[in-house]
Order: sequence, then C-alpha cells, then structure tokens
Amino acid sequence: MKIGGEKPARSLDRRNLMKGAAVLGATTLAMPNIVAAQNKGPIKIGFPSVFSGIFALLGQSSSAGARMEIDKVNAAGGINGRKLELVTRDSKGKPDEATKVVRDLVNSDGCEIILDAETSASAFAVQELVREIGVLCIHTNSETSSLTANPKIAAATCFRSARQGIHDAIGGGQYAAEQVRKKNLFKFVTAAPDYAYGRDNTAEFMEYAKYFEPRIEVVDQAWPKLFQPDFTEVVTKILQAKPQALYTAQFAGDLVALIDQGLLYGLFDKIETFSVNLGDYGVLTQVKQLPPGLHSGTRYNRTVPPTPENEAFYTEYTKRNTDHKICNWSWENATGAKFMIEALKKNNGGTDGKKLAEIMSDMKIDSPFGVDGTLTMRGSDHTVINYVVGYGVTVPKEPYIRDVFTAKWGPILEHEADWKKRKGYV
Amino acid sequence: MKLEALIACFGQMSCVVTQSTSALIIGMLLFLVASGVTLIFGVLNVVNFAHGTLYMLGAYIAYTIYQPTESYALAVLGGALGVGVFGILFERFLISRVYGQDVLMQLLVCYGVVLVMDDVVKIVWGVDFMKMGMPAAFRLPPIRIGGGFVPPFYLFLIGISMVIGLGLWFVITRTRYGKMIRAAAVNPSMVSALGIRTPVLFASVFGLGALLAGAAGALAAPVRALTPGMGFSIVIESFIVTVIGGMGSIGGAFAAALLLGFARSFGSVGFPLFVDGLMFLIMGLVLIFKPAGLFGRPPR
Repeated sequence: MKIGGEKPARSLDRRNLMKGAAVLGATTLAMPNIVAAQNKGPIKIGFPSVFSGIFALLGQSSSAGARMEIDKVNAAGGINGRKLELVTRDSKGKPDEATKVVRDLVNSDGCEIILDAETSASAFAVQELVREIGVLCIHTNSETSSLTANPKIAAATCFRSARQGIHDAIGGGQYAAEQVRKKNLFKFVTAAPDYAYGRDNTAEFMEYAKYFEPRIEVVDQAWPKLFQPDFTEVVTKILQAKPQALYTAQFAGDLVALIDQGLLYGLFDKIETFSVNLGDYGVLTQVKQLPPGLHSGTRYNRTVPPTPENEAFYTEYTKRNTDHKICNWSWENATGAKFMIEALKKNNGGTDGKKLAEIMSDMKIDSPFGVDGTLTMRGSDHTVINYVVGYGVTVPKEPYIRDVFTAKWGPILEHEADWKKRKGYV
Repeated sequence: MKLEALIACFGQMSCVVTQSTSALIIGMLLFLVASGVTLIFGVLNVVNFAHGTLYMLGAYIAYTIYQPTESYALAVLGGALGVGVFGILFERFLISRVYGQDVLMQLLVCYGVVLVMDDVVKIVWGVDFMKMGMPAAFRLPPIRIGGGFVPPFYLFLIGISMVIGLGLWFVITRTRYGKMIRAAAVNPSMVSALGIRTPVLFASVFGLGALLAGAAGALAAPVRALTPGMGFSIVIESFIVTVIGGMGSIGGAFAAALLLGFARSFGSVGFPLFVDGLMFLIMGLVLIFKPAGLFGRPPR
C-alpha cells in the first residue's frame, strides 16, 4: 500500500517557503499600523508596568502621572479628532513578561505607541523588542544611563523622559563632596539594590563624589537584593566597616526598612548619610522617626522648583489620587505623556514611529519640572535634560527638604560629555 | 569573596556580638514563619505556598490596630489571632478540598489566594508602602556588649520568638492535643477511628500554623516596610528552612533557621556577593548528603 497521496503539481521548496515566510512576517509587522490607519477610534497607548505585588506603586503612580496629561488633551477634544486611550498591562516586574506584554499591546490590542513605565531591569528588554517593531517608545521610569547613552543599546524610536543616573550622580557627587569636605569625612560605604539601576547609580555617584573631592574613598559596599525582607545584615556590615559616610540608592519600602533597621543600631548618629531616593513623599512620610540631617536627592517635591506651576501639578495630582502619594515616577510619566502628546499634535495625530522620533528629537516643552520652566528631549541621545537635579537636607515635616542645592545644567552637560567619551559612547 | 574580613571579624568581640545578634534576629523570625510551614506540611501533607500571605496579613492587621491604640502588645496579639482565624477559614473553605490531591492543585489554590489577598490588601490599605513605626518603649539606643551593638528591640524579638518556639514545642510534645497532632501526622484514619474529629483537628493545626506566620508578621512590623506582596520573599526563605530542617520537623526548622541566620549574617561580611547563593548552597548540600533534611525522617 502506498502511503500518502499524489504529489502536488508544484512542491513547496525551500525558496518558496522563505518567500512565503517573508511576506507573512512583513504583513504581521505592518498589520498594527494598517489596522490603526484604518481605525478612526482612539489612539491607543500601550502602558506596560508593574501593577501587582510588592512594586505595584510603580504602575499606580506612573499611570496616574500619564493620565493627567492624557485626560487634559482628551477633554480638549483629542488630537485630530481622535482621543487617546491608555491601555495598561501588568508585567509583574519580569523582563520576559514585559516583552510579551508589549508584543501583545502592539499586535493584539492595536497600540500604536508605547509608554514604557517599567523598571530598568525590563526597560532594556522592551527596547530590544521596540527596535524590531519600530513604534515610538518612551521609557518613563528607567534611570539607568546606558539605556539611551550607549549607542549600541539605544534604539532609533526609543526615548527617555525619566531622570538619568549620570545627571543625578554629577549633581549629587558635587553636593556630597562639598558636604564631606566641610566635616572632614571621607570614608564611604555604599548600599544599593543588586541590579542594573543600583549598580550603575552607585558607581556613577561615587565616581563624581571622588572627582569633586579626591580624598573620598569607598571602604565597603553592600548589595542587598531588591525587596529583601530584612536588612539587618546590611546594617551590621556597614557598622563593621566603620565608615564616616554612607551613600545608598535603596528606594521605596526597601529604603524605609533600611532606615528603620539602621536606627535600631544608631547607624545615622555615627555617619553622614546621602540617599538619592529619600526625598520622595512616600518615603519621608513613612519613616516615623526620621533622623535629622540626612541628605537626599529632591526626586519630586512641591517646592522644588518653587513655582505656581509645580504647586498646581501637586494639588491636582493629590486631588485625583488619594490611594497613594505623589512621587518621582508621577512627574516622569506626566512628562513622557506630554512629550508624546506634543509630538502627536505636530504630526496631526499620525503615529508612525520614525516620524514621531524625528519630531521629538530636540523638542522643547513647557514643564513645571524644568529648571527654567522648560524641558528638552535631547536629540543626540533621546533623553530628557534640564529637569531639576537637587539635593538637600531632610526634615520630618513639610516641606520635608531644606537648604536645597540645585545643580547647574552647564557643568552637568560638560561632565556628562566627558563621561560619554570615557565610556566610548561618542 | 572577603575571607580576610571574615577572619578579622571572628577576631573581634565587637564584630562577633553584632553579627551574632543579627544572625539570631534573622533566624528567629524566619523560624516563626517556617515552623508554621513545616507544621502544616507534617500533619496535613499540604505545601502551603500562601504562607507568605499570612505573614503579610499579620503585619497589616497589626499596623491597623497599632495606629489608633499605639499598643504594640495589642497589635501583635490581634495580628496573630486574626491570621489564625483567617487560617481556619482558609483551611475549611479551600485547603480541605484539596487534601490528598496532586501538589499542583494545592499550588493552584494557594497561588489563587496569594493573588486575591494581594489585591484585597491593595483595596483596603492602598498600594503605597506603609510603616508601623517603632513602639515608644523600644526607641532606645543600642546596648554595647563587648564593643558590639545590640538593639533592645531585637533582644525583645529574639526572646519572644524563643518563648513562642518553646511554647510550640511544649504543645506538640507534652499535651494531649500535641499527641493527637503527632498521631494524625502518622495515621489520620486511625485517629479518626478513635473518635477524634479530624476535620476540627486539621483546621486547628492550619490555624496554628497561620497564627505563627501572623505573629511573625506582626512582631516584625515595626522594622519592615508593609507592601502588598511582601510575603513573597519570606516564603522562599521559609521553604529553604523547611527543606534544610526536614519537611515536618519543628526542631529541624529551628536549627535550619538559625543556620541560615548565621550564614546570612557572617556571609555578608565574608561573601558579600554570595549571601543568597550561600543559602541555596547549604540547601543543595543538605539535599545531596541528607535528602530528608537535617532532622527529617526518610520516607518509609
């Protein structure tokens, strides 16, 4: 008995198979844009972030920030007759899940733009995917400098509206150097979460602290895991190193736990502490016995810059969101949404990634978070500049931070250019 | 690796005292959670993947009671008892339906409860992290012993955890209820045939395990940040403790929790980049050389 039927008239050889696959691939990639072009419904903005588990505050505060700008433009009738719709998806903070979510947002949900409100751990993975898809993507939370600074990692349609580690490091390093010089304290320890953000942020901060005060030395470093339940071993390790100063890039609940557990050992009585993330309202209001005189980055504060526009943003945000406190992620996402909206307006609502990227390069917008009331999306590396890089001393009551030092952008840009050369990025 | 730092630490009384206290506090809180996991597994043969959720609930309930009353004792009591009651309901309505079923079914039910309770916490308490604050009685500078630092609050936590552990040992080994538990762990059918209502016994065991997790969450609340999902990391460490100590062995959980506490504390000095790896390494070695765990009985 013969198994199988007659041979087809024309067999499917490898060449035809490749052709078919290429056509299918091109159609699949182009499909969302074709669908979108035909669609007169809303412009869908994909919004991957963390909405569950221990880091749910990230998604909540990020989407709240973005919605403030999107609601404004929708209330004014949308863009070219089309409203904007934010489509949020939970990646649970996992890079592999984040890429799956972004793929689904574009291919299944018809999203034409991505506001990537992921952590640094996932932002790199999202960027790789966007490089293939070609939609406009704005990273609204990742502060890891290499994401946009390293041309081998950067992507043509990807931008960053979040503050950048290197900028904070230059401003913070300068501030820390001045403070420790006054008190003759040069032996530092560091404690930061053990992933891209913590490692990069700490290395950059200490590099610039040493640059501005060469007598500074790092005597020990601790790298606790993100969301580690207990930091006792970190506190005792710091004590054993007998430092004079501490720099920590811990944030949110982990920072609060580290401070509370450090207080039990009298840690902050013995050393000068610098913490880039302490300045967020959520942290400052939760540390019940805030030790006086800790130094912090300003992150987001209603009084920095002290303008009516910033106060208005604070008032509106807190009125709209009673389930969480306003934070750094709130302004970073509002900024990302505003850049996207301005670019869409200039493109008459068109969502082509390349076109929007061209428009957004070197775009300047009015913003409450800029040092002179404006922010610029720098075209050379697709990252936002001119935001407030401030450091000050924390106090337990409003305004929570005093004696604010605001770094000037001229020197920041000069040092950043040198840093890029040394890294081989330019 | 910083072996020279570890050797130097052992040569200084101050370092030994500070790191040992740190080891004890990490270990004792871990023991409270892990003892519940091992108790439930030993008697009910259920791997309670939702145990971290019970720890989280204990912390949140304690926080809620502490805010208006400022009574830490009341907060701990409320946290422990509240979660104990929740545990009984959890066992009656959900876990009792998957007794004897595949471990995947247990995992599914427990994971479902984890997700639902995380969302409940978000709805009730919000997504922001919260802090209970240190009770006034413990806002004291650290005690200096041998040049090392020992926080009074940690001395209290170590003491109270030991008392709870001893109480658990007493109940299991010296009371009629403990005898019933041990008998049910070996032969539940025979226990039932002797007229003991095993459903009630099982619910009480689950409630006791939950109470221990709730107590741990409530006790630790002043020094830990409260967030939805905070139980996830503690449950992983608890399972490591349970595996090292031997599934079902309370004594094993105690020894393993202390072992991990010392590994973490001194490991952070000598192997700062391998602290978590050290835990898994110990677990791996135990599984290779003593698969049933340090105090576990090999399956018959």
